[in-house]
Amino acid sequence: MSSSQHEVGQMAGRREGGFNQWLNKRFPLDSLLRDHITEYYASKNLNWWSVFGSLAMVVLVIQIVTGIFLTMSYKPSAAEAFASVEYIMRDVNWGWLIRYMHSTGASMFFIVVYLHMFRSIIYGSYKSPRELIWIFGMFIYLALAAEAFFGYLLPWGQMSYWGAQVIVSLFGAIPVVGESLVEWIRGDYFISDITLNRFFALHVIALPLVLVGLVVVHIMALHEVGSNNPDGVEIKEKKGPDGVPLDGVAFHPYHTAKDLVAFVAFAIVFSAVVFFAPEMGGYFLEHANFEAADPLKTPEHIAPVWYFTPFYAILRAVPDKLGGVILMGSAMILLFFLPWLDRSPVKSIRYRGWMFKTAVALFVLSFFVLGFLGTQPATGLYTSMARVFTVVYFAFFLLMPIYTKLDKTKPVPERVVYHD
Amino acid sequence: MIRKTIACILLGLPLLASAAGGGGHIQHVNADISNEAAVQRGAKYYVNYCLGCHSAQYVRYNRLALDLELTEDQLVENLMFTGERPHDTMENAIPSTDSANWFGRTPPDLSLTARARGDDWVYSFLKSFYVDPTKPTGVNNLVLEGASMPHVLWELQGIQKAVYRTDLDAEGHPHEVFDHFELVQPGAMTPEQFDVMVQDLTTFLTYISEPVQLKRQSLGIKVILFLVVLFLFAFLYKKELWKDVH
Repeated sequence: MSSSQHEVGQMAGRREGGFNQWLNKRFPLDSLLRDHITEYYASKNLNWWSVFGSLAMVVLVIQIVTGIFLTMSYKPSAAEAFASVEYIMRDVNWGWLIRYMHSTGASMFFIVVYLHMFRSIIYGSYKSPRELIWIFGMFIYLALAAEAFFGYLLPWGQMSYWGAQVIVSLFGAIPVVGESLVEWIRGDYFISDITLNRFFALHVIALPLVLVGLVVVHIMALHEVGSNNPDGVEIKEKKGPDGVPLDGVAFHPYHTAKDLVAFVAFAIVFSAVVFFAPEMGGYFLEHANFEAADPLKTPEHIAPVWYFTPFYAILRAVPDKLGGVILMGSAMILLFFLPWLDRSPVKSIRYRGWMFKTAVALFVLSFFVLGFLGTQPATGLYTSMARVFTVVYFAFFLLMPIYTKLDKTKPVPERVVYHD
Repeated sequence: MIRKTIACILLGLPLLASAAGGGGHIQHVNADISNEAAVQRGAKYYVNYCLGCHSAQYVRYNRLALDLELTEDQLVENLMFTGERPHDTMENAIPSTDSANWFGRTPPDLSLTARARGDDWVYSFLKSFYVDPTKPTGVNNLVLEGASMPHVLWELQGIQKAVYRTDLDAEGHPHEVFDHFELVQPGAMTPEQFDVMVQDLTTFLTYISEPVQLKRQSLGIKVILFLVVLFLFAFLYKKELWKDVH
């Protein structure tokens, strides 16, 4: 197997004096392809949990391409934005498809990224030596959240407007500078044409640049250290005489073939939403957002899009505004510290004890329950539930140094477990 | 059939979301936009009874003709009365400033109402006007309390009054709740005919809220069938390739 892999890697060698040689003397095309594609070795026992990284890249491309086409017909002005979106939906050739792909892509991005992060948690991919990959990934997540937030104002519907109003006003809770900060962000005394214009600028150029840059850094760090696997075994520690990890197979063609299967499966789900349920029952496109923004008419119930609702529920669980903002911020920031909160000697959940397994299960449960509560009006019972599950959410992180240390672990094998 | 199944699966997931909103007096309507005749009749009712005040500013007449399979002559004869051109959008005849002065509020554009509020809401709203002498228009609406819109369809529906009954609330105090409507003056249509008429109108409003709906579903089946075949090949390719990994 390793010899055939080597051939794949050398395929780009080709004949002497040809164009390829001319090119490679001037640009390291062959060595780039070898380092990152044909001779990047990842464990052969990667399962389907490991496809979400590639899928996130696919969604990023979908968002950038559809976004470029949307900007060709969209008008970033308070007077024209809403109408221009309807113009795209009705009069622009295939405009509806491009718009639905973009709106579905936004939600799918979060689904894929949440699953990608969950994979890291269960297999300990954030642990040494991959702390930086995790931290770059967390920055990607924050940039993505900002990107989604700015983008959500652009259709200029009622939820766009009032959602932005609520989120921006959160900064007003900061003592002393809060109110001036809010004014500075909006560029006005309320969400207005000026705000829309700057959010447009941030959404179509500033944050996409940051995102793409972070993705490059994330992958460079990954390819330096090597991919983790479901056993949490470092495959680089056991190499063959040719220097190839014994348990590794080349990213291309092996893992790319697998990612292709995942991509087509993903495309089926994606198309099902785009063509049959683009609103996804009001979760991907909120009903109230089909009404143009009206600064004089506050909707009776303002809820953010589903991917922010767990954090929104945490915000509302605290009776004090500043306290709520701090807690909501901490709910995201705590994730950065996972590599150091986790004191377990093993990476993968396969070799951990019942405490970690229970903690992960409770954490996932709290994330879903908080996500649901964030979509609902904050009534008595729901607020109490939000408080309970906020405590559960935070306990996962704050108690982690204790339960990961106490937890009984199983012995980790020398090599990865693989059944063919 | 396939399209309905997929739609059902996808729509079934977020059922929780639809629990919000309403107001308690919402009746279900089957606004089937694939019923072309119903959409055509709805279009006729819309230009006759609604378009005077309510624009549908994102809808073009010639797009209507295309989707409803009308010739340009049929379009001009049946749907265009005030000298518009086929590529114009559906603008209201009465200037909005006038209607705002008369009714206290600019009549909203209805291009997206069915999408923002749901077809059941539109249907129920149109059927829920009742006599209320305290209101300047002489009517109130059970679905949208205090609506400034007069009962435009009264000649067809007739005039109905709301009948209340006394119920006990959670603490045992009696209070009045709506029970049913009673027709006090019959209209030109029987209640059954009127229901069908309102259903057609709702179907039309559902269609204009997203004209591409039927097209996207039929295209969606082809796309997904293609992807399923592609999935098979991708899966077999992966399996073949990984055979020599031990």
